[in-house]
Amino acid sequence: MSVDQDLSKVKPQVYPSKINVPYSWWAGDTAARFFAGLSEKRIEATRCECCNKVFAPPRKTCPECFAACQTWVDLALTGTVTGFTVARAARAAMGGRKLPAVFALVKLDGADTALLHVIGGCAPGDVRIGMRVKARFAEEPAGGILDILYFEPV
Amino acid sequence: MENVAIVGIGMTKIEAAKVAENFADMVWEAVGKALDDAGLTIDDIDNVITTSNDFWDGRTISCMAVGDASGVRNKNCSCVEGDGAFGAFYGLTRILSGSYGTTLVTAHSKGSESVSSLITNAAFDPIYERALGLDMVTAAALQANVYMDRTGVRPEDLARVSVKNHGNAVHNPNAQLPMKLSVSDVLKSEMMVDPLHKLDCSPVSDGACAMILAREDRARKAKTRPVWVKGVGFCADAYHLGDRDLAEPRSLTAAAKKAYGMAGITDPARQIDLAELYDAFTHQELMWIEGLGMAPYGKAAEDLEKGRFDIGGSLPVNASGGLLSGHPVIAAGLIRMAEAVRQLRGEAGAAQASKAKTAVAQGVNGLCGQSHCVWVLGSEK
Ligand SMILES: [Zn+2]
Repeated sequence: MSVDQDLSKVKPQVYPSKINVPYSWWAGDTAARFFAGLSEKRIEATRCECCNKVFAPPRKTCPECFAACQTWVDLALTGTVTGFTVARAARAAMGGRKLPAVFALVKLDGADTALLHVIGGCAPGDVRIGMRVKARFAEEPAGGILDILYFEPV
Repeated sequence: MENVAIVGIGMTKIEAAKVAENFADMVWEAVGKALDDAGLTIDDIDNVITTSNDFWDGRTISCMAVGDASGVRNKNCSCVEGDGAFGAFYGLTRILSGSYGTTLVTAHSKGSESVSSLITNAAFDPIYERALGLDMVTAAALQANVYMDRTGVRPEDLARVSVKNHGNAVHNPNAQLPMKLSVSDVLKSEMMVDPLHKLDCSPVSDGACAMILAREDRARKAKTRPVWVKGVGFCADAYHLGDRDLAEPRSLTAAAKKAYGMAGITDPARQIDLAELYDAFTHQELMWIEGLGMAPYGKAAEDLEKGRFDIGGSLPVNASGGLLSGHPVIAAGLIRMAEAVRQLRGEAGAAQASKAKTAVAQGVNGLCGQSHCVWVLGSEK
């Protein structure tokens, strides 16, 4: 290529939207039961019979034991924040989420793993690791993870 | 393990947007440099491993599209979807299988052509997590908070990683962001996602890297001083962030244990002369140093402040400037290995470590360091 070639005359090549494949993911029987529970304002988890670990969100297989998680258990709607971050500026992945947004890991009472979700109902500056929270549900469930609107301080 | 050496490396300059080269052009440049470096031709290459990611490339089966530039015609070629250090691992095992005497490994990424936040959001589970709107940066920030809460490490400790690595990059002609910074410059940069400032995060980058591995008898044909593979290991942790202890990289420790075992390393803090680590975010460099056993848990920040990890320190970390100074994902881990090779050959110029006989290089796959590939490389067999 010549050194004095002017590349500014050629715009980036955009082929609009063709890679925007409209995927439809079947939730599968495990997540479907979890989402059905959320629509009734219940949070269900699965337990591994080998190690007794309770997984929330529920898993069909235990990643530790490589065994089936066959038992369903009802969890409390309360839990503890085990990690969080406050997003102050818009990021493409956040879609229309209101700023500042607080993303968090919440270990529900009775579960051994933490659920990734968001915190609401309080000032972002008040969120702490170890804070006690409870689930706030959507009034009109749509059948997905956003049927929990957010976790708010107890 | 049979003796295998790295006999050729080639890297492009890392830039925010390479307008004049498409991804295959970058790989072509890196492969040409690696062959020249080794004093070999493409006919000396027995098989090829390319490393790529279809989402980043915006192309289905993009490994096929980079084959020509990687010289795969009439050769056995396979692809790793993930970081280049894992591609090199596959390349090594192909030599150890006895079927091939040499492997060319390539890795590339053009972050400038897509939206990093959307691409990395798609790394989250679409059923349980993706709709929440996290990406690689928000996930890393969550991890940083957990790590700092556990260890008492402070924002200024994180900032020192940025100051060191951007400062080191001044000596690296390939670096995208060489900068003389102060701790307050970092702390005053935009707060992206608590607790990570803009200068705590690696940039979006374009770049490629190529590497030639050779069995000992074939390494003799190369003109370069061989750098020997002393040990290698990789290990993965659980997929879901909520299943892991984000503050302790146990898969890194497990990978390092395997690599150290092969290399006869019993005291990494003393036996390793330098390290090129996957510093996508400042807190991760501290976590990885500790996970690799180079400092006690929660104490890397203290050693950093004392200068132990500086170019002139007893264990330089990212003397090249690291990923904070340029982060072409996918190529990133292979670049860490190539930079370690430059050190072990004594070719690192003003960034040269005074003692460079044994080095560690690290590649990472997955959010918050789900999977790690650890290489122990040596200037002596
Ligand atoms: Zn189990």
